[in-house]
Amino acid sequence: MKLRGKVWIFGDNIDTDVIIPARYLNTSDESELAKHCMEDVDPEFTHKITKGDIIVAGYNFGSGSSREHAPIAIKASGISCVIAKSFARIFYRSSFNMGLPIFESEDAVNGIKEGDEIEVDADTGTIKNIISGAIYHSNPIPEFMQELIAAGGLFNYAKKIIKS
Amino acid sequence: MGMTISQKILAKKSGKEFVTPGEIILADVDLAFANDVTAPIAIKFIEELGVDLFNEDKVALIPDHFTPNKDIKSANQCKIMRDFVKKVNLDNYWETGEVGIEHALLPEQGYIKPGMLIVGADSHTCTHGALGAFACGMGSTDLGFAFATGKSWFRVPESIKFIYSGKRNRWVGGKDLILYTIGKIGVAGALYKSMEFTGDTISLLPVEDRLTMCNMAIEAGGKNGIIAADDIAFEYLRNHNVKDGDWDVLLSDEDAEYSDIIEIDTSNIEPQVAFPHLPENSKGLSEIKEDIKIDQAFIGSCTNGRISDLRVAAEVLKGKKVAKYVRLIIIPATVDIYKQALSEGLFDIFLSAGAAISTPTCGPCLGGYMGVLADNEVAISSSNRNFVGRMGSPKSFVYLANPAVVAASAIAGKIAGPDEVML
Repeated sequence: MKLRGKVWIFGDNIDTDVIIPARYLNTSDESELAKHCMEDVDPEFTHKITKGDIIVAGYNFGSGSSREHAPIAIKASGISCVIAKSFARIFYRSSFNMGLPIFESEDAVNGIKEGDEIEVDADTGTIKNIISGAIYHSNPIPEFMQELIAAGGLFNYAKKIIKS
Repeated sequence: MGMTISQKILAKKSGKEFVTPGEIILADVDLAFANDVTAPIAIKFIEELGVDLFNEDKVALIPDHFTPNKDIKSANQCKIMRDFVKKVNLDNYWETGEVGIEHALLPEQGYIKPGMLIVGADSHTCTHGALGAFACGMGSTDLGFAFATGKSWFRVPESIKFIYSGKRNRWVGGKDLILYTIGKIGVAGALYKSMEFTGDTISLLPVEDRLTMCNMAIEAGGKNGIIAADDIAFEYLRNHNVKDGDWDVLLSDEDAEYSDIIEIDTSNIEPQVAFPHLPENSKGLSEIKEDIKIDQAFIGSCTNGRISDLRVAAEVLKGKKVAKYVRLIIIPATVDIYKQALSEGLFDIFLSAGAAISTPTCGPCLGGYMGVLADNEVAISSSNRNFVGRMGSPKSFVYLANPAVVAASAIAGKIAGPDEVML
């Protein structure tokens, strides 16, 4: 699985209240949640991005509440993956469970700038900056997890492996 | 390079020779369980999938949080569970009258064995690492997945090795060792990591104290707490429904890699009290200079509601009275513990002292019922969390301590050590 897109940079400690404010939690409709993704840190965010774009952030991305709406909002907004220096633990688990691929790499976050075009190879964990040519490394995503992501998350993956 | 016990269990259960910290694996679980708060979502997961449990012998449902039903909502949650249990004819279910707090009940009934991979929809699932298992809490959806497939995915954690040596002082138990440790490393000190407890002090520590230590690994942010199974563990297992030798003992290699090694001299540790509103705010009793008056004292929970906890509380309370206007609430964690305490005469001591005794439940530990705090009230508790509002009003204050200190404080009407009241 390869993911390619333009980079949007965020800082440290981007919490779930910023990713999807609590006032929008009265719905679990994905497209509705997607409209408000990152609204409190950048109100124009969802208008600026195009499908496949990538969020690059600092430490402790996704801290705060355990709401699964946060990775859902990011995924539904069209963002293809998130690269951060580190993720909060519950967000880490929820992202994969909801089918949003995420990657940890301090070097990549330090080296990539807003607007860069990058390509992430999930098989190898390699992150390539198309603009500068620089290569960074993260953990590869194993085959079963790529299948889980492709299935759209834990529930659909469970369906799939039970059938097989 | 070698592996830690945690790595070895995760490697074995995912069919790999070696796993590296940071690696993501899909592993077979040996036990998956949920409680009355978390089970309904997991049940919905498998009912919507329209599948059976992957293996009924490896699934347990334990209605312990708000039972006997505290209100209509909790009664409905329990009913969802019970209806499901009846439908699939699940054996590993305990009704009110049989049920105990999940993390006390499972080891006691012989469900936990060294080398197992255990997932539970409850953050204190890490308790079970005390018997050399890899046990980790996760969400209800994750448990739904485990119920349906028998599998769960894990990011292999790095490990921190804690080495405890030196003698253990009077009135110092597993609770004090872990509160001291959390005080030293902080509530995020072991974030996402495995906490491996080792050393001479641990090799002499009774299993119930080990369970208390691993129980609170999550309070330092840990993914799991683990202690290598040894003769003390085997003795416990044999006495708790496990067939001799029916276990898989894995030990950390000499050259296993640790992200940190922390040495702790236990001869300097005195009974600890964690101040509001974080478990990391721990202090030794002698460091507390001010009088801290209390309204309530609670002995129970998955942390310290076992028979050794009740025995030590009885030792302090024998022939004494709880201070005027103080409520002392004692909740044995399981029915077996309840019966044992009754037959040893501990209830006579508690009742004569003026304590209230309840049937097993998580109840007051998480501000559910059976002892909720009012505004501005102060409690000392043998449980695991003292967050804002944990035991009731967001304006209340909770101090954490071992059962002996809680009992002594109930007598003194303020935070006190056993030696201060046992003249």
